[in-house]
Amino acid sequence: MSTKTESRFGTPELLFGLSVAVLVIVVAVPMLLIFFNAFWVDGHFNVTDVVKVLRHPETYMALWNSLVLSVGVTITGTIVGTFFAWLVTRTDLPFKKTMKLLFLVPFMLPAFIGALAWKMLLSPRAGYINRFFMDVLGFDNPIFDIYTYAGIILVETMYLFPFVFIQVSGALERMDPTLEESARISGADLFTITRKITIPLVLPSILSGALLIMLYSMAHFGTVAVLGIETGIYNIPTLIYEKIHQSAGSFASIRTATVLATVLVITAAIILWLQNRVLSKGRYQIIAGKSFRPAELKLRGLRVPLFIFCLAYIGFTIVLPTATIFMVGGLKTYGLPFVSENLTFANYNHILFEWDLTRDAIWNSISLGLSSALITMFAGVIISYVIVKMKVRGKGILEFLGMLPFSVPGSVIALGVILAWSGKFGINIYNTVWIILLAYIARYMAFSLKANSAALEQVHDSLVEAARASGATMGQALRDIVVPLVRPGMIAAFFLIFLPALRELTVSVLLYGPTTRTIGVAIYTLNEDGETVYSAALAGIALIIIVLGELLIKRLVTSKNNS
Amino acid sequence: MANIQIKGVSKQYAGRSILADLSLDINDGECFTLLGPSGCGKTVLMRLIAGFETPDSGTISIGGEFVANAATGQMVPPDKRGLGMVFQDYAVWPHMSVFDNVAYPLKLAGTEAVSLRERTMRAVGLVGLDGLEQRLPSQLSGGQQQRVALARALVSEPRLLLLDEPLNNLDANLREEMRFEIKALQKKLGITILYVTHDQEIALAIADRVAVMDERGILRQIGAPEEVYEHPADDFVFRFLGIANFLPVRREGRDLFIGGSSTAWVGPTPDKAGGKFTAGFRPSDVMLARDSSGHPGLPGIIRRASFLGAQVDYLIDIAGTLVRAALPSHECLDRDLLFVEGDNCRVGLATVQWFEGDIIVGERV
Repeated sequence: MSTKTESRFGTPELLFGLSVAVLVIVVAVPMLLIFFNAFWVDGHFNVTDVVKVLRHPETYMALWNSLVLSVGVTITGTIVGTFFAWLVTRTDLPFKKTMKLLFLVPFMLPAFIGALAWKMLLSPRAGYINRFFMDVLGFDNPIFDIYTYAGIILVETMYLFPFVFIQVSGALERMDPTLEESARISGADLFTITRKITIPLVLPSILSGALLIMLYSMAHFGTVAVLGIETGIYNIPTLIYEKIHQSAGSFASIRTATVLATVLVITAAIILWLQNRVLSKGRYQIIAGKSFRPAELKLRGLRVPLFIFCLAYIGFTIVLPTATIFMVGGLKTYGLPFVSENLTFANYNHILFEWDLTRDAIWNSISLGLSSALITMFAGVIISYVIVKMKVRGKGILEFLGMLPFSVPGSVIALGVILAWSGKFGINIYNTVWIILLAYIARYMAFSLKANSAALEQVHDSLVEAARASGATMGQALRDIVVPLVRPGMIAAFFLIFLPALRELTVSVLLYGPTTRTIGVAIYTLNEDGETVYSAALAGIALIIIVLGELLIKRLVTSKNNS
Repeated sequence: MANIQIKGVSKQYAGRSILADLSLDINDGECFTLLGPSGCGKTVLMRLIAGFETPDSGTISIGGEFVANAATGQMVPPDKRGLGMVFQDYAVWPHMSVFDNVAYPLKLAGTEAVSLRERTMRAVGLVGLDGLEQRLPSQLSGGQQQRVALARALVSEPRLLLLDEPLNNLDANLREEMRFEIKALQKKLGITILYVTHDQEIALAIADRVAVMDERGILRQIGAPEEVYEHPADDFVFRFLGIANFLPVRREGRDLFIGGSSTAWVGPTPDKAGGKFTAGFRPSDVMLARDSSGHPGLPGIIRRASFLGAQVDYLIDIAGTLVRAALPSHECLDRDLLFVEGDNCRVGLATVQWFEGDIIVGERV
C-alpha cells in the first residue's frame, strides 16, 4: 500500500480495526456471553452446576430428542437423497433434467410451513387424510399420527434430503467415467461396478451431505415446534425457546438455555469439523472438475414404475402440502370440507389489507430482510476486502469471527443477542426490531463473506496495480475496477441473505415483541393460537413471495452468466 | 528525461533479503533488460520503480526526481510517476471493452473526448488491434490481450515503460513478432523501456543494454548484449545466456590436460597463470572431425546424435565429461560428419571462455 509517508497506522490498519470491531460487537460478544453465563456463577467458574442442569430430566430429554431426531433424519434423508441422486444422474429415467430441478424445490420451502401442512393432513383427530380414512373408508383409528418421532423425522426428511441430493448428484456427474469403464473392461457387471467402484468414490460426498443434514436438523426449530410441543417432544432449540419465553428474565431459565446453547454449539462444531475432515481427506482426485457423460444404467421394466414413484414422491411432498396450505388458507372455518361454498378469498384479503398483525409481520420481514441484506452485503465486501486483499497482520481473526456464525445455530445467536443487548451494557433494544436486525446481521455475515471473498479472489492484484500505473488513485481504482468486478458477488450475497431472512423463524421467534413479529413468527403464533386458517393463508402468501424471489434470483444469475 | 537512478536500494520480505544495496542507472531513451532466473528479485526491483513497493533503504529517482527515498520516507504513489506498465498476466480489465481498457489512462488524465478517441484508436492501431476495439477481453486470444495491455501502457505516451515478462504466455511465433514490435515502438517513440525477463533470447534481442541478476538479487554484469554474451563476467552469466559446456583443465608445468586425466588439452590456451581452469564454450563453438581424418583435436566418443533439421545435435564424451555440440546440417552432409552413437571423433573449439578454478558441473543427460 502506498501512502505518502511511512506510518504504522494507515488505511489498511484502520479498515482492519473497524472490521474487527464490527465482528466483535456483532458476533463475539453475544457468543462469549453465552459461555460466560453458562459457566460463570456468582463470579466464579462453575462446572458442577452445568452438570446439574444437564442431568435435569427436562434438559436431558431435550438432548436425547435432538440426538434421536437428527440421527433419524440423517439416516432417512441420506438414503432418500442418495437414491434420487443416483436415479437422476446414472439411469435412463425419463425427464431426468426436470426431475432433478423438482427434487431441489423442497429446499425453497420453509420446513415449518411444511410441518404446518402435514399437521393439517395427518394430525390424529383433525388431519384431513386421517379423517378421510376414518370417516369415508371406515377405519377405526387414524392411519398415521404426525405428533410422534416418526412424524417429525418424516417431515424433516422431506425438506432436508436435498443436502445429500445436491452433493451426491454433483459428485456422480463429475466422476470420470473411465474409472467405471476400466472396471467394466476388467469384467465387472454394472451392479458390481456400482457397489465396488461408484459408491466408494462418492462416499465422501454422501457423508458430507449427511453431516449437513445432521447439523441442520440438530439446530432445527420449526418442525419440532409445530409437531412436537403438542405431545411434549422438545429438542434443544425448542426447549431454549420454551425457557426464554416462560422465564421472564429468571436466572435459572436463562442458565438452562445457555447450557443448552453451549451443547448445541459444541455439537455443531464437531459436526462441521468432521465434515471438513471428510471433505479434505476423501475428495479423491479422480472426481474431476469437468463434466463427463457417464454410463447410464438401463432401468428396462422398472423405468416407468420408478418414474411414477418419483412423480408420486414429488406430488406427495411438494404439491400436496402446498395445495393444502392454500386450500386451508381459503377456508371459512378450519375443519370444513374442501367444497367451493366453503372457500373464500376473504382470509387472504384480511391478512394482506386489514389485519395489522399480519400486515406488520409482512412489512417487518421485508424491511428486516432488505436492511440486513444491504448492511451485511456492504460490511461483508469491506471485511472480505481486508481478508483477501490487504496485507495486515492478524486477519485470521477476522476470518474466524466472520465464519463463526456459520456453525452457530440460529437459536444460539438469538440467545446471545438477548444476553448482550437487553440492558447489560446500557443498551436495551429487547422487544424492538433492532435486536432482530442485529441477530440477522450476525447470522448471515458468513454468507456475505463467502460470496464476496469468492468474487474478490477473482480480482487479481495486478488489475488494481494496472489501474494505479495508468494514473488512477486507490479510490479511482476501487471505483472503476474492483467494485464493478465484485458487483455480481455482492448481488449474490444480497439474495443469499434476503431470501432466507424473509422466511426466518428460529431467530425471530426468540426475539419478537408485540409489534415486531416476522412472517415466520406470525405464521407460527397464529397456528399456536388456533387461528389455523389465517396461519395457512399467511403461509401461502409467504410461499408466493419466496417463489417469486427465487425466480428473480435465478433470472439474475442466468442473465449474468450469459453476458 | 526519464533516466532511472537506483542507489543503494534494499528490500526484505518477512526477514528475507531480496535486494541488498543495489545500485543501477538506466539511461534516458534506452531499452534496458533485466535478466535473471525466476524468483531472483527482478520483479521486485520493477515494482519498486513502479511504486508498488517501498524500499527499506536507498533512493530511486526517475528523470532526476526522487520518487522513493527510504531515509526521508518520501514516496510518490504509482499513479503520480507517469509510467506505463505491462504485467506478466496482462491485467486487462475483464469488464471493459478493448477501447475502454486502452482509453482508461487518458480518461483519468481528463483528456477531452475527441482527442481521447483519436489517441486511443491510434494506440489500438499501433498494436494491430484495429476493428477489435469493441470486443471484451474474454473474446480475445492471449496474444491479443497482451497487445491490449501494451496499447494501454503506451496510450498516454509515458516517459517510462515497464514490462514484466510480457511475452511469457505467448506462443513462439507471436513472441518473436511482439519482440520486434516493442523494439520498433521504442525507436519510434523514444521512450525509456525497462524490460524484465528470464528469457535470454528476448533479452538479448531487444536490449540496448542488459543487466544479469543472480538468484540472490546481485547484479553480475551490465553491458551491451554482444558484450555480455561474448565476454561474460563470470560463469553464472555465461551459463545463463545459453547452453553452456564446461571442461575442467589442469596445467602441469607447460602442459595442459583435461581434468584429472592424462588426455592432453588441444585448443585455445588460458592467458592467466594458475593450475586449475574451466573451459566454457557453446555447442556452436564446437568443430568436429572424423577420428580417421588426422585432424588435431580432443578425442571424443559420440554418445547421442539427434538430427534436428537445420542442425545436428551431438552429445560427446570427452575424457569422461559430456558436452554438447551443434553443427549445421549442410556442413555435416558436405563433410561426412553425420556420426552415429559410439563413433569416435576429434573435437576442436573455436573460442573458449576461461574461468579460474574448478566449476562443478551437473551430469548432462
